[in-house]
Amino acid sequence: MKPWRQPGFWLPLLLVLVGGGVALVLRKDTLREMMFTLLMYVALASSLNILMGYTGYVNFGHIVFFGLGGYTGFYLISQHGWHLIPAALAGGLASALLAALLGLAVLRLRGAYFALATIGINEAARAFVNNFGPFGGPTGLFVNFAVYREYGGAPQALWLTYTLMVLTTLIVVGLSYWIKNSRFGLGLLAIREDEDAAMVMGVRAPTAKTLAYVVSAFFPGIIGTLFFFKNGNVEPGDAFRLQMSIEVLVMIMLGGNGTILGPVLGAAAYERLRGYLLTSPLFKSLHLAFAGLALLLIVLFIPAGLIGWLRRRFPFLRRWLE
Amino acid sequence: MILQVEQVSKRFGGLQALQDVSFTLPEGQILGLIGPNGAGKTTMFNVISGVYPPESGRVIFRGEDITARPPYEIARRGIARTHQVVRPLNELTVRQNVMVGACFGRERLSYTAAARIADEVLGRVGLAERADQLAGSLNVAQKKRLELARALASRPYLLLLDEVLAGLNPAEVASMLDLLRQIRDEGVTILMIEHVMQAVMNVSDYVIVLDYGKKIAEGTPREVANDPRVIEAYLGDPKLAAGLLEGREEG
Repeated sequence: MKPWRQPGFWLPLLLVLVGGGVALVLRKDTLREMMFTLLMYVALASSLNILMGYTGYVNFGHIVFFGLGGYTGFYLISQHGWHLIPAALAGGLASALLAALLGLAVLRLRGAYFALATIGINEAARAFVNNFGPFGGPTGLFVNFAVYREYGGAPQALWLTYTLMVLTTLIVVGLSYWIKNSRFGLGLLAIREDEDAAMVMGVRAPTAKTLAYVVSAFFPGIIGTLFFFKNGNVEPGDAFRLQMSIEVLVMIMLGGNGTILGPVLGAAAYERLRGYLLTSPLFKSLHLAFAGLALLLIVLFIPAGLIGWLRRRFPFLRRWLE
Repeated sequence: MILQVEQVSKRFGGLQALQDVSFTLPEGQILGLIGPNGAGKTTMFNVISGVYPPESGRVIFRGEDITARPPYEIARRGIARTHQVVRPLNELTVRQNVMVGACFGRERLSYTAAARIADEVLGRVGLAERADQLAGSLNVAQKKRLELARALASRPYLLLLDEVLAGLNPAEVASMLDLLRQIRDEGVTILMIEHVMQAVMNVSDYVIVLDYGKKIAEGTPREVANDPRVIEAYLGDPKLAAGLLEGREEG
């Protein structure tokens, strides 16, 4: 199989590239800020999809990896003068390592028990960081303005961060496709459908699940570092918001759990809609209620999400909508 | 001997599902495992394939002790099985289902090689035209064939078949039996649980009878059908035994 000949491969990548590229060409700060947030959610949703969509493990703690990886990367930048790129990679690795350790413990749980454990992990991580001296405790960390000199000034630093965000999103989406059409991914899908039957067929489920968790956790670590570097500060309240985990989950369900294009479209649609709700005087404090309602309606009426529904309804579209 | 089961016992709470069961399975044969409902046949399969560890006893496969190994390690050593209650991976296509067997079974094929083998095996079990359908959309008879295809695609040395004939009509039974003989002639050893008595008597080289978790008889189909303990286990009806033999001669 040659992925570049498959529309299901290049369509989501093209969307990300065009969407992300426009801001780079036009060099508009407001567009960049908007697209940064949007791509951030696309990448978060796509990375969570590897665990939740492919492997079938609902994770309410995806943001732990964003928070802890982000803290790690930000700490290395602000306290040790690391460059953004190695710091972001270190953030990703820290999250991946955490996932590997957690995976050994919590991936033994199935279904609702796993989901509940992931909520516990989120709260535990927040409490830990709140009391961890090197990470600044409850006040968090800031970057000194001098840090930007290395990048040729603050604007250049922000554009670099944005470019890295586009790149990370492309990698996550490309990797999602690759995994889904690989032996590893087939093992994950088999686990999602029937873990015991999969093991009888030879799928080494404990290893495969842990690896999926690790891959899924690596990217939020990078994204977190980029996000907090862009903001110039990090604090526990921003890093471990349970509601953010839930929103990412809604995005996946909206677009189509286990599909490649689904999390991309779902994240973009939800993020734009939320932007509208937050700025409209009528709905601004109700946007989470909207998320809850959306989740309820999706689960009740189109559990396969937009892409899943389209694939089922119009089989000839399947080549295009992976 | 491809498989040796030695003194295997398994208990579920107060129920002794298997008690000191021993048998050996020579390579290249079809061995029938029969017995009334609740005799422990499926439990035996679960012990062999690593789903449950036994309380005592050993399972030796191709000279290696595989007792209580995790199921995926046993699968990779070349044992594949089907389930009595079918377990298709519903949201995957029929082809993907079979590819799981090929990718993670004994030969651990690559993704592309697995796709090729899957199509070949699906042709063999008569599901070729359904390859792109979701497995959940098949009917029960087709799901049974899918289970067999998945197991075959892993290129096992030993195939454990749990009631693959149940629910098939007589023509389907006949074609399935032909397929099983072909598979045996290719060198795959088959251990099959079956309730369709005439069929199992017809196709098996050797038969083992379980009742209440104990082995009560073993031998060729003719010997077993004449064994008084077997006749008693099957409701004590001597006519049934005669019927079994007739079935064999008709077939």
